[in-house]
Order: sequence, then C-alpha cells, then structure tokens
Amino acid sequence: MSGRRLPGGGRIDRNRPLNFTFEGRPYRGYVGDTLASALLAAGVRVVGRSFKYHRPRGLLAAGVEEANALVQVGEGARAEVNLRATEVELHEGLTARAVNCWPSARFDVGAVNNLFGRLLPAGFYYKTFMWPDWRWFEPVIRRAAGLGRPSILPDPDRYETRHAHCDLLVVGSGPAGLAAALAASRRGERVMLVEQDPLPGGSLLWRPAQIDGRSGSDWAERAAAEIAAAPDALVLTRTTAIGYFDHNALALLERVAGAAGSPGPDHRPRQRLWSVRARRVVLAAGALERPLVFPGNDRPGVMLASAVSEYAARWAARAGDEAVVFTNNDSAYAAAHALLDTGGRVAAVVDSRPAPPARRTASLQARGVRTLLGASIVATHGRPALTGVTIRDAEGHDHRVAADVLAMSGGWNPTVHLFSQSGGALVWDGEQALFRPGRSAQAEVSVGAAAGEFGLSTAIEQGWRAGGGEGAPPLADAADERWTIGPLWRVPARGKAFVDFQNDVTADDIALSARENFVSVEHLKRYTTLGMAADQGKTSNVNALAIMAELTGRPIADVGTTRFRPPFTPATFGAIGGRARGELFQPLRRLPAHDRHVQAGAAFEEYGGWLRPAHYPGAGESAHAAEQREALAVRRAVGLFDGSPLGKIDVVGADAAEFLDRIYANTLSTLKVGRARYGLMLNEQGAVIDDGVTVRLAADHFLVGTTGGGADRIAAWLEEWLQCEWPDLDVLVAPVTTAWAVLTLSGPKARDVLDAAGVDMAIGEEDFPHMTFRECRVAGVPARISRVSFTGEVSFEVSVAADRACELWDRLRLAGAPFGLAPVGIEAWMLLRMEMGYLHLGADTDGATTPDDIGWGRVLKRRRDFVGRRSLTRPELLRKDRLQFVGVEAVDSTVPVPVGSHLRSPGLPSGSEGYVTSSGLSPTLGRGVALAMVRAGRSRYGEELLVITGEGRGRRVRVTVPGVRGPGGEPLDG
Amino acid sequence: MERYSAWRLFREALNGHRGWTPAWRSPSPKRRYDAVIIGGGGHGLATAYYLAKNHGMTNVAVVERGWLGGGNTGRNTTIVRSNYYHRESARLYDFSVRLYESLSRELNYNVMFSQRGVITLAHSRHDLEVVARWAGAAQLHGVDAEMVSVDEIKRRIPLLDTSPSARFPVWGGLMQRRGGTARHDAVAWGYARAASRLGVDIIQNCEVTGFSRNERGRVVGVETSLGPIAAGVVGLAVAGHSTVLADLAGFRLPVTSYALQAFVSEPLKPVMDTVMLSLATGAYISQSDKGGLVIGGGLDLYPSYAQRGNLPTAQRVIGALADQMPALGRVRLLRQWAGIVDVVPDSSPILGETPVEGLFINCGWGTGGFKAIPAGGTLLAHHLATGEPHPLAEPFGLRRFATGALIDEAAASGIAH
Repeated sequence: MSGRRLPGGGRIDRNRPLNFTFEGRPYRGYVGDTLASALLAAGVRVVGRSFKYHRPRGLLAAGVEEANALVQVGEGARAEVNLRATEVELHEGLTARAVNCWPSARFDVGAVNNLFGRLLPAGFYYKTFMWPDWRWFEPVIRRAAGLGRPSILPDPDRYETRHAHCDLLVVGSGPAGLAAALAASRRGERVMLVEQDPLPGGSLLWRPAQIDGRSGSDWAERAAAEIAAAPDALVLTRTTAIGYFDHNALALLERVAGAAGSPGPDHRPRQRLWSVRARRVVLAAGALERPLVFPGNDRPGVMLASAVSEYAARWAARAGDEAVVFTNNDSAYAAAHALLDTGGRVAAVVDSRPAPPARRTASLQARGVRTLLGASIVATHGRPALTGVTIRDAEGHDHRVAADVLAMSGGWNPTVHLFSQSGGALVWDGEQALFRPGRSAQAEVSVGAAAGEFGLSTAIEQGWRAGGGEGAPPLADAADERWTIGPLWRVPARGKAFVDFQNDVTADDIALSARENFVSVEHLKRYTTLGMAADQGKTSNVNALAIMAELTGRPIADVGTTRFRPPFTPATFGAIGGRARGELFQPLRRLPAHDRHVQAGAAFEEYGGWLRPAHYPGAGESAHAAEQREALAVRRAVGLFDGSPLGKIDVVGADAAEFLDRIYANTLSTLKVGRARYGLMLNEQGAVIDDGVTVRLAADHFLVGTTGGGADRIAAWLEEWLQCEWPDLDVLVAPVTTAWAVLTLSGPKARDVLDAAGVDMAIGEEDFPHMTFRECRVAGVPARISRVSFTGEVSFEVSVAADRACELWDRLRLAGAPFGLAPVGIEAWMLLRMEMGYLHLGADTDGATTPDDIGWGRVLKRRRDFVGRRSLTRPELLRKDRLQFVGVEAVDSTVPVPVGSHLRSPGLPSGSEGYVTSSGLSPTLGRGVALAMVRAGRSRYGEELLVITGEGRGRRVRVTVPGVRGPGGEPLDG
Repeated sequence: MERYSAWRLFREALNGHRGWTPAWRSPSPKRRYDAVIIGGGGHGLATAYYLAKNHGMTNVAVVERGWLGGGNTGRNTTIVRSNYYHRESARLYDFSVRLYESLSRELNYNVMFSQRGVITLAHSRHDLEVVARWAGAAQLHGVDAEMVSVDEIKRRIPLLDTSPSARFPVWGGLMQRRGGTARHDAVAWGYARAASRLGVDIIQNCEVTGFSRNERGRVVGVETSLGPIAAGVVGLAVAGHSTVLADLAGFRLPVTSYALQAFVSEPLKPVMDTVMLSLATGAYISQSDKGGLVIGGGLDLYPSYAQRGNLPTAQRVIGALADQMPALGRVRLLRQWAGIVDVVPDSSPILGETPVEGLFINCGWGTGGFKAIPAGGTLLAHHLATGEPHPLAEPFGLRRFATGALIDEAAASGIAH
C-alpha cells in the first residue's frame, strides 16, 4: 500500500480524527482533510472510473481542477453527486462512493467498454446507430452516459441570495490577492476578499515561502485577519466567484452550512449566492498546472506535480514511496524536493528538455536523484495502479523504472476564466507557453499567477499596486526565479494518451478530429466533447488546442480558445434560485379582505397572480352547485363580489385627456367629469390588448380601469409611450391598483343593501345613473362608487382604501343579510357576464383580436390618430370573414360545450371556423351558454355549426348574438 | 467521401481510424457560383444541401463568418415539435418534423432525433382552456396533439411537483408524442457533409462585408473578407444577425435581436425522459443523451447582440425549475450561454423575397429555429432555384406585415415557439 500520512506537519488537526467510509469501507482522517487527502493518506489509489472507457482512475489534482475523483456524498434527499473529492471537506460519518461505476470503482463492470475502446473513437455515434433507427440504441446510450444518479426526493435545504456593493472585489487569497486586499483595506476602502478554500492563503498554504520574516502561511493568516478586522472589509472563505457579468457584476457562491451529504445544517442556509457590484475587481485566482499527454497518463498514481507537493505540505499525505517526475518545465523540480523532504524516494526526474537550467538539475543531482534530459515517458505499468514507467531517453532507448507515483507537469495555465467572462481578450505568451490576460473590457486587473506572473515578489507587488497600496509592499525574502519551459504537447508514442481525463478524450481523438476537418477549436470541442465535462476542461483545453495547432500547422494563438462560460465551478440550482421557492418564487397577491373570504368559506384559485375566491361552497356543496347558487343570488337578490385586482391607474396632468385619446381606440377627452366610459386599448398591430372603464375625476385627472391581468402591463405600457414617444406631454401615470379595495354589490337588491349600509348621498337611478361616478361615504368609510355593471344587474362598485376593506365587507354583509346577499366568486361572476354576452378580454380575445372582431369597428370612424390605427387599415384587418365575437347555444342538449372546442359548418370538409371562448351552465335558463369567435360570425346568426374537437365533438350549436334571453325572450337583467 | 456505418467503423477500428476523410471539404471560394448562401448554420447548410439534392444546383457556396453551426444551431436547447396553433405554422413545422424523422438515414449522419415526447404544462383553468383550443387546432391540422392528465404527467415526469400546493399547480397538459430533441451540432455537420459531397463549397471564416449590385439594383454577388464572389442568386440565413445583413443590403426587417439564454447541468444518469415546457414560468427542460439537463426559459429583457449569459435570467429560469422540480435544488449548473434570436412581431418566420432583387431570406424564427431547419432549408432552396415561393413558405413572406396577414403564434398559444 502506497501513499501515507506523514508523521508530522500539515494543516490537519491530529487530535480530532474523523471516521468516514468510501465505497463502503471505513477509513479515518482528520479535521482539515479533504476527502481526497484522507483517501490519499489512507493509501486508496483507485478513486473513480472514467466516463467512457471506465478506466480506473486515481487522484490527478488537489484542487478544483480534479478530473477523476468524482463522488457521491451522502444518501437520500441530501445526497450530492458529481462532487470532486478535492472539494469535499471531511466530516464525521461522511459516506462517499465513486459515481458512474458498478459495483465499485475497484471492480467496475463497465470496464468492458475499454476492451471495445477502438470501436468508440470520438464521435462514433454520429457514424452509426442510424439503421433501423436511433430509438433502438438510444436507451442503452442514455443509461451508459451521465455520471451521478441524483436523488429524486425534494431538496430539504434552504438557500439565500445577497446583494452587495464594494470598492474592490478581490478573487483569490493567495499572496497577490491578499496583498491587494490588504492595501485597499488599509486605505479604508470597502473590500471583499473571496476565497474558495476554507483557509486563506492559496499557494502559501503549501509552497515554502517567507514574507515579512514569517512563514508564508503565517503571514497569510495574519493578513487575512487584518483585512477581516477592517471596518468596511469582508473576507469570505468557502466562497467561489462563479461568474463575471457586465457592469462589473459578479456572482459568488458561498458554502455556508451543512457539509456535503451531512444531515441537515443548522439554522443557517446551506449556500448563499452573492450578487456583487464592484467598482474595481482584482483577479488573483492563481494558475492551474497542466498534465502531460503521454500513453498511460491516466493510470492511478500519475498526478500533477504541484498536487504531489500540496498533498504533502498541506495535508501531510505522501502520494507514494517511489516517485518519478516527468516535466517540460522547472516548476516540477519542487515536487521532487518535496518528495525527498518527506522521506520518499525519487527514482528519476525525466525532463523533456535537452538542456534545462543547470541549477535545477544540479540541486537534485546533489541529493542523488538521477535526471534524464531530452527524455520522456512512453508507457506506464501497473494494474490497477502504477507500479512502473517506461522512460525513453534522449538516444531513444527505453528503460523501465519502478514507481508508484508519477508527478507530471506540462506547464501552467493562469486561471483566466473570470477574466474571459468579463469580456477580456487573452494573449498567447510563447515564452511561458500559456494564455494570459490581455486587453481588459471592464474595470478589472489580473495579478500574480492569474496574470502569468509566477514569482512571489512580483505577485505581491502586483497585488499591492492593484489594491492601491502606498509605500513598500510586503517583502518576500527570496528573489523571484524565472522558470522556464520547453513545450511538449504530446509524447509521440503509441497508446491511449489522455487529454481530457473526465470525458476520456485522447490525443488520437484530436488527431481524428483534425483528419475529419473538425479543426476549429469549437468543432474540436463539440466533436470530441473535449472540455465539456463537469471540469469544463480546466486541465485539458490548452493541451488540446496546442495539439490541434501542431496537427494543422497553425500557431497556437491562431487556434484560439473556446469561450469560458459561467459558472467557474458547478453551482447548485438551489443556490441560484435562492429563497425564491414556493410562494416566494412569484409571491401570490392576496386581496385586502382575504381573511374575510377565508371566513366566508372561499375556495381560492390563482387568477393573474392574485389568489381569489373561485366560489364559496357551503358545507357539502360542490363547486358547481356553489357557483350556480351564487349567480342566481345576483339575478334574484344581491351578490357581493371582490373586484380589487381590477387595474386602476391614475392619469393626471394638463395633457391627460390628449394622452388617453392617443392611447385609447375610442375618445376619452369628451368624457364629462364624474362620468365613466368603457374603452379599448390596442397595440401597434391593432390588436386589442386591454379594456376597462375609465372615469374622469377632474378635468386633468382620469382613473383608468384595466383588466386584472393588465394592471401592471398597462401601467408599463403607458409609461413607455410617455417616456419614449411623447415626452412632451404633461402627464403623470401612477398605478394605484393595490391602494384600493373594490367591493361590488350587484343584483336587484343592490341599492337596498347600499342604502341599509348607509351612504351619504342619493343613490336613486335618476340621482346616480348608470356609468357615473361619485365620491361619498359608505357606512362611514370614505368611498368612491362607480355605477358600472359586468353582470347586467344594477351594480355599485364601491372602492375604499385597501386597509378599510374588511370593515366595508363586514358592513355590507351585515346590511345585506336581510336581502339574501351572497358572496360571489369569480366563476359565478363569469357565468353572469356570459349570460349577458359581455366580453372578457383574454378569454374571448387573444393577441390577434381587433376592435372590429368584437364589434367595435366604429373606432375607425374617429378622425384622429391613435395607437394601432394604421395597422387596422391593412387589408387583412378589414376583411369581412375574420373571426368575430358571437354567442353560441347548443341545439342538441342543455350541457355546456367545452371552452376551446373548434366549430365548423357541417358542409365544410376540413379546417376550423372558430372556437368556443367562454362557456358555462346558465342557472337562470338551466342550459349551457357560450361565447365564441366565429368566422364572419356576425353575418351567420341562426346558422348551425358542428363541434369538431374535444369532448363535445359531434355536437351541434347555433350562432347567436352574444348573450342570452329569458324563456320569454326578455333580457335576463329585466 | 466514405459512407458511415457500423461496418465501416469496425474496419477503421482495425486500422487505428487513420482512414477517415474530412467530413466536408474546405475549398477556397470560386469566383462565381449559381447561388451563394450566407450563413453556415443549420438553415444555410440545409438550403445548400436541398439546392443540390432537390434542384440539381451544385455550383453553390455557403459562406460563414465563423465556424459552421456556431450560431443558434449550436446554442439552442434542441427541442423539435410541430404542435402549432395556426394551420400555416403547423404545416410548416410538421413538414420539418417529418424530414427530421428520416434525416439521419437521408444524410448518412446520426442526428439522434429522439421522439421522446414534448409536454406543455397547464397551470390554471385558463391555461387548460387555452391548451384545449390549441390541441384541437393541431389535431385539425393533422398534427398529433393530445391532452394529458395530471396522473399521466406525474408518471412521465417524476421530478415534477404536481401537488395542489405547488406554487404552479399542474392542471393538465398538452403532449406531442412525435416531438422530442435532436443533436444540434450533428444537424449542422450532417448537412455540411452531405452538401459538400454533392459539390457544395463550404467556406468558413469568410465574412460578408457587402453586396454587389448591377445597374438595376439586382444583387449579383457578395463582397467578403476573402474577396468578391459573384452569385446568380443569394440566400440569407443568418439568424441573430439578420438585421445587420439587411442593413448591408439596404432594407429593413421587422426584427429585433434578443439574447436567449440556455443552461446545462452536470451530466446525470437518466432522470427525465420527456421534454417539458411550463406555460406559467416559461421554463423548458429536457435531458440530453449525455446526461445534462438542458434548460431554457424566455428572452432577456433588452435587445442585444452579446452571446453571453447574465445572472438575473439564470436566477429566474433556474429558480423556476428548482421550484417546480424540488429535487433539482442539489443538482448543479454546469454552464450557461446565450444565442441571439430574431424576434418578429407575430413570432413567425420571414421567408422568401426581400425588397432587393436576387436576394432571398430565411429569418425571424425567434426562439424556435432549430426545429425548422430541414423545412427552412427546403423552402429557401425552392425559392432560390425556382424563383417561386414554395407553397408552405408563401404565407410567411415579408409582405404580410403590410397586408396584416400575420400568423401570430404567441397570441394564440401563449408561447412563441
């Protein structure tokens, strides 16, 4: 068993051991461990299986770029899948297992795919499975694809969203980021410092360094503490900057409580999404090491050189006993030293460069390490994990060397994801063989390794300056040594050499892609799936495009990169949605008298965002019976309806009348003060978008009534016209819908009830006629009353301040009791207006209905212009055979015809001639009443049509004028 | 160019896959073509293919500013359906679905058209009425559409919260069984390969910078970053940039450009077998063959040409799904991006003649152009080759905005596409 815990060192708490299981086996780690470090220290070498070939895989990295160790943590509703073991903080009782393998990572049935690997090159599925049909193959492919199996139980946890502003947002708390945040916080700026790790420090947590006379990690801890203590600064650890959007807006994902897979968090949310607007941003996210591409580079035991160092220094976990280092640059020499320092053996350092800097090789040779220059590794051995490698020396001779860990380094990639998301342009740095930030697009600067500057002093200096630091920056004790690289993008040898470990894309796949002309970097990505796995190509993208550049003879800069898309690391849906779940997703609006409706036994439904009484069923009463009873009460006695959601918009100003004349299809300027008028609004296409009754309160003051659904939309519509088209008009628009509660009394006894409730004015028909408006007091409550009717019965629409709704409701119910007053829900209200043939916008019309379609062709007789007028004059809108608003009555039975049923003349073979828009059972007549849009309907009264779709199919209806008459032909509102 | 098959794959496997040849040729442009198609997305490539296949026109070039399929073809959420409300739309889109049904075999390229069914959720009494009218219309047009019960929806989409206490309770829905998804890139590549095989020149990294006109004003070629190319006729299929090219040609389109964002989760084992659209939240979701949940939901609020995402839309769309599918709270978003779509007042495409002689257009597909690729290509090819609109395209001409003969899908069905 290789890999083990070192006797001392590391940032783990050896006094606090933690028990956990991986793939059902018990292990022990310490507080401070990640699942990855604990597994490495426990000698677990196979931690997962690859996506396509199901090859055994070990840890590749120590950070967010880990491509192999994808695990499920926990079970049941709190299970999380596809987590990188490197991001899972160990906790007591943690249970984890590898994803996408069965029964286990060590023995995986899916590994049979590896045997057929040659049949499964990139894009094989485009070339086959066409005959007889894809559907025969797809289920198998689907089951094989995908990684983790998510729980289908509801997520029990809570998430939050926060908004913040700051002067300086620093991403990354390595030496450069800390220096920037320190400098800015000392200047008293509002600073946010964001670190994805639980600890600040970045590379200082594991790389040997001395700053201001202290160890790097000590310095980092003190610097972070100083920043956190500054009055306007905030240090967020366990927080990842996941997206950089326009206007210096960034999204941060903070992991607040509840370690992965653990039983419920405490009172805190599990995660919090921060939406931050920063005056300036410093990107100090460091750099990620590149793997080398050579045959067998995915065998467990092959790791990034920096990861070998980091595991040893930070977690006291040695990756192996017998190491080989394979590199094309200077940085991996540190890993060799780290291995030696921790008691391991280094069998050889294989440097692909014929002449690396002599001091690098000399320092190792002095410790007895063999260095092979101009050499490369052409094969790895061991099953399932590494036991040896084959080295091809500069002369072309192969040597087999025993090793249980291979530390590789192909160079470094600055973490430019956020920079690229911000719109910045990358430049290729040929000397260091990396893409680094070039021209910025926003108020942002990259510093340190994120800018391609790897020296500690330079990083601190850059950070300090970016933070506006005055005076000398913190001092690193050693001068920067420039590191050098001799690019080696792939080792020319036979065998599967992996570029994208997570999606199993090999160098041969890239060659195939080039051969088949998928040479654009985007085609390469999409054809081979390279960089599209859960790690988004963090370790693979640059290697891949460099290989493509080699294959096609183009400079790397010309091949370019694919776009870096948010999020930087995957973010839970829960965190993105935040608190906006359930009713908070789109809060339901409740009527001012909601409680009274509850007391009255209302059954609520949502109508246009409002929770409204559909009906008030009594004990044992069905919904249908209730709405019939309520409607009859209005016809025979009196009903009380809550119409508060109807839109109310104050339109005030010297030009208010002129404005409404332009907005409405009919004239409003001639309306007299105290009177009400029905109006239609059109859009530019000439379609009716809203209707309602508007009253004139004063010469320069109108109260515009809209549909319930139109309240917000029409207020915005009026503003748009005022602000964008007619800024010269002196008009103020104020939506006041929710300021008023509207309770409507309707029915032959409505006047009696109002009278009984107490009203301080004369309300007789002559004193207060239909379509007029008064301000008064009802039962002592200041009120506005409109004489409008949607039922055909005498109606008083009483508006009071919203906070007096309950009072009014109580008084009206009390006053109404002797008259048989019944609360009336929407469904009965709709029946009543259907009986009358009154149009309900949005039900009887759709977004293409014109005024003429609903019998308002006269608006075109107006001489003046109004919104939509010109469109109405187009030939198609003047046709006489358009769908027109009519009534229909069933001729074959009393059962209502379902809404949505299409209609057609029995003589026509196909197509639709219209459809039913509203339908219900008239309680007065005891039979169905319906409204419809019918082709040329107004010229077809009396004609019979066939119902041709839906449940009423085959039935017959007759076209009528909208609205029904009583048995003796009298109007229902007689 | 070789034929793709399992047998061929097997033979190549023995040979280390060294025998495969380019999927399409990348020639330098000739000086003159009988037809030049601007735009190497699905619609442009399909147009070129059908010009060659249906009309025998092989002296044809497709010029593309970037890389093939890099616009909306490679950015959409891959939903294919044809249950449209208006007869004209239903005929058009159903023609497209029928072409999709045989496309893999026709192109000898597996576009993975997967008819897993598309369910549109109704969340209120009113939604249900709208959906009933819509289903009836689709049936009358000969398109499969059926009302489905809450129980059926629950069975097909176990992730969905169908309880009455849900913020958006499910009252029922509309299902098109023949609807589904296809692999978007494969559609572009399949057409490119098949067109190239028939002799079409596909020219990437070639930006059109202007139009050459003769003395009568007729378009006789295009100016490009690779030099002038003469053309008998020119077809324009550049969704997202239709107005930009129209400006170059000197005419205006009733099109506004908006970003439409899309999202994909980490790959998961199958949890979602049907495509789902919600009328209440506008969100739509399906699971790809690779395992990612592919998600979209409504345009950004302001016009833009920037093909990138933003946070508020992600919060709205992802939040909606986290609410409607409560288990998704712990699933993680992998990537968000955006495409630029042509939004037209009546939410229907603009097909056919432009005010400029010799220049024909295919644009205005809004958020739903992917599903129409085979049809869009067929119809534009027909017009370019014959000079007459295909009967299916006729109602969709630019003239309808002058006559008022709009085909307003959003007005009728509550969703634009």
